[in-house]
Amino acid sequence: MTNLLEVENLTVKFPTRSGMFEAVRNISFSLGRERLGIVGESGSGKSITGRSILRLIRHPGILEAKRIALEGEDLLTKSEREMRKIRGHKISMVMQDPKFSLNPVMRIGDQICEAYRLHAKASKAEAREKTIKMLEAVLIRDPERVFNAYPHEMSGGMGQRIMIAMMLIPDPQILIADEPTSALDVTVQKEVLEIMDKLVRERGMGLIFISHDLNVVSAFCDRVLIMYAGRIVETCQADKLHEAKHPYTRGLLNSLPQLEHPVDRLAVLQRD
Amino acid sequence: MALTTDQEQRKRRRKSSFSPWIMGFGRVAFTVAITMIGLLFITFIIGRVMPIDPVLSIVGESASKSTYDEAYRQLGLDKPIIVQFFIFLWDVVRGDFGESLLTARPVLDDLIRVFPATLELATVGTIIGVGLGVPLGVIAAVKQGTWIDHIARVVALIGYSMPVFWIGLIGLLVFYGKLGWISGPGRLDIFYVDIIPTVTGMILIDSLLAGDTSVFWNAVSHIILPAGLLAYYSLAYISRMTRSFMLEQLDQEYITTARVKGLSEHAVVWRHALGNVKVPLITVIALSYAGLLEGSVLTETIFSWPGIGLYITTALLSADMNAVLGGTVVVGLVFVCLNIFSDLLYKFFDPRAK
Amino acid sequence: MSDISDHKKPSLREWLTSDAPTSRRQAKFSAYYRSWLALRSNPMAMFGLLILLFLLAIAAFAPIISPHDPFAQDLALRLSAPGENNYILGSDSLGRDILSRLIYGSRITLYIVALVALMAPIVGLFVGTAAGYLGGWVDVVLMRITDIFLAFPRLVLALAFVSALGAGIENAVLAIVLTAWPPYARIARAETLTIRNADYIHAIKLQGAGALRVITKHIWPLCISSLVIRVTLDMAGIILTAAGLGFLGLGAQPPSPEWGAMISAGRQFILDHWWVATMPGLAIFTVSLAFNLLGDGLRDVLDPKKSGK
Repeated sequence: MTNLLEVENLTVKFPTRSGMFEAVRNISFSLGRERLGIVGESGSGKSITGRSILRLIRHPGILEAKRIALEGEDLLTKSEREMRKIRGHKISMVMQDPKFSLNPVMRIGDQICEAYRLHAKASKAEAREKTIKMLEAVLIRDPERVFNAYPHEMSGGMGQRIMIAMMLIPDPQILIADEPTSALDVTVQKEVLEIMDKLVRERGMGLIFISHDLNVVSAFCDRVLIMYAGRIVETCQADKLHEAKHPYTRGLLNSLPQLEHPVDRLAVLQRD
Repeated sequence: MALTTDQEQRKRRRKSSFSPWIMGFGRVAFTVAITMIGLLFITFIIGRVMPIDPVLSIVGESASKSTYDEAYRQLGLDKPIIVQFFIFLWDVVRGDFGESLLTARPVLDDLIRVFPATLELATVGTIIGVGLGVPLGVIAAVKQGTWIDHIARVVALIGYSMPVFWIGLIGLLVFYGKLGWISGPGRLDIFYVDIIPTVTGMILIDSLLAGDTSVFWNAVSHIILPAGLLAYYSLAYISRMTRSFMLEQLDQEYITTARVKGLSEHAVVWRHALGNVKVPLITVIALSYAGLLEGSVLTETIFSWPGIGLYITTALLSADMNAVLGGTVVVGLVFVCLNIFSDLLYKFFDPRAK
Repeated sequence: MSDISDHKKPSLREWLTSDAPTSRRQAKFSAYYRSWLALRSNPMAMFGLLILLFLLAIAAFAPIISPHDPFAQDLALRLSAPGENNYILGSDSLGRDILSRLIYGSRITLYIVALVALMAPIVGLFVGTAAGYLGGWVDVVLMRITDIFLAFPRLVLALAFVSALGAGIENAVLAIVLTAWPPYARIARAETLTIRNADYIHAIKLQGAGALRVITKHIWPLCISSLVIRVTLDMAGIILTAAGLGFLGLGAQPPSPEWGAMISAGRQFILDHWWVATMPGLAIFTVSLAFNLLGDGLRDVLDPKKSGK
């Protein structure tokens, strides 16, 4: 089985006043038609890893890698124009907070149609029909109304479902979900995740799930990468996470509260 | 913080009895009324502290004491100042600003006659200024830190620093005096005056309505320099504001979303980012438009442009107080109206404001 | 910090750039020094500063450096072109040396700018802090008044004021101040509202400080920096307004060598004797450009959010 995505020796650097800051340091991983979790604290480089795959690193950042290959095709050798055909069409990304990631002055329907028509030759009417279907697929009850609504009229959970619909409508092969539920109420987190999970599995896509939440990741992913300070410190099967050996992973696990084994004092990570 | 919650509570309480639309309209109307009265009050005070004796200017230096006193009473100057203010207020509401000493006609008639000239100049200036300033600001923001950005900054700073009455003179000297590319001061050459019927009072429009292209092109050759100068000033301001709004928007997460979708940089910048900048930009454009209407005082003086600015300054220099006060009130009125208008537009364009 | 006296005394530069200031004074100076370093790396701002220093020097040494008496007329040599008859920048319609008049005129410009830049922010500070701190109806009334002044077009209002008060430099200054204070009041009020509920203000009030003491000792000092930025940015506007009033004959009166009035005097000769109106205009332009360059740089340094960096 060839992998959907292969990343080899990826490094992302940012020039700062006190020299180069390496946000991601020489990491390699691969993704099949599976759900891969990337876990780490904030600042561990996990979000930047996600964005590097799309080659969307902000201006002063420098991306270096031996290879980032999508189905064997190296993305690094592609021109910006070719890259735009990959983005959305082959690889998509759902971001943290729908409050900020949806354009506030554009109707929701227009935003989704735009994503669809960019990669599929379709008339306005077709795009509209497809958009309504997609909104139904993410379990939005009144898609006609939502189509004409603006983002600020939506709740966070609705917003994130719209975001998922928008990112999945061009039928990409890989979805990167960058903390897709961290900004949502706990009550709707699970709902949104289940919708996303269902769609990804139905379409046989690869999912990269970036999160700081070990519980969520182990529940929704097949495989987990643990990142710390820009490096992957451990890779393991999600259901074997509790057997992880690396001291950092152990530290993370120990700092989680557990209902079955209450402790007086949660462990604090020791970083040295 | 305490203040905002307090205000919100008060608003909510009010909303329970009124529909929000009427409430909003009522609040705007109240604010406008207060501002207007204040504006008139200041104008009134200025009129009162004037070193010019309004009685003398009517009865003349040689009038007898009894004639003087008679006129004094007729003007209502014996009444308490607050009563005088209300009389003044009432006059203004009826559109009665008195008669101009200079033209011996009602000031209101004069103002109606001269205002279209100012409006025409400021409108052409704003259209050019926005047409060039917005793209310049957008490009400067997108190319932040490059030479294009620096040039845009220098262009704007030069605009901020140039005395309009001076650059106007130099412009006349070079393009009219030396090169002869354009026509000189005024709105039309003398033999084009009064050929076409006055409809809007704006010659560019009236000449097109009358189908007379020779008048139109003559008017263009007259307006191009003053309007171009005003356009430069509005370009300076609008391009700077556009740049800073754009920088703010380009940093937002929805821009990343647009890129993730695979949109071209062109669509990201001009459709998504500028779409969001449009909203605050309306206020800026309205402000700059109002500024041009006002800034025309000096421009009109230089170009002998028979608009409201020239009217006020001429009146000032000949101590024609009714004309000065009338003109000031009208310019203030236009200012306030433009502000309200831009607020309404803002609400119209920003889906979040509804 | 153990015994410092053991070590070599740090150089001034080290003291200023220290990451661990040992006193409030050091922290303050080091903040100033960092701002200065940032400003110094901005060539356009430094260029502006240089011009202004140059202007200050010219104004200070006007009697020494001006080649002629700015008021001395020589009708025989009137309207000499630049370079002719020993007049470097030419002479005006009364045969006065334009360069000398420009040099003396710099004093008037600086005088007007200094007065307005002192008075307008102070009026604004009074109004804004009082409105912000006292709140309630005081706030409503003061802010309404501010809005009314803001609603007025500035130049027209200044024109009306000057014509009411009579033409002259002092009255022009007064008129500009009367039209320039509202934005400062807005800024001061906004600052006051954010400071007003800070814990340390509550602490001072608990110690028995009255409104006057809180405002003058604790709120004013914190409003100053944002006012200073705004004033620097407004300087050019002040110069242009003052020159505009002078141009209309409502500012400095003849024979005073005010730059705006000089342009006005040269206006009728513009087609044949361009230098009479051009030279003072260049002077106004240079000085206001200098203020704008400096103000722009200062804002980048002191208000990084607005500059978008």
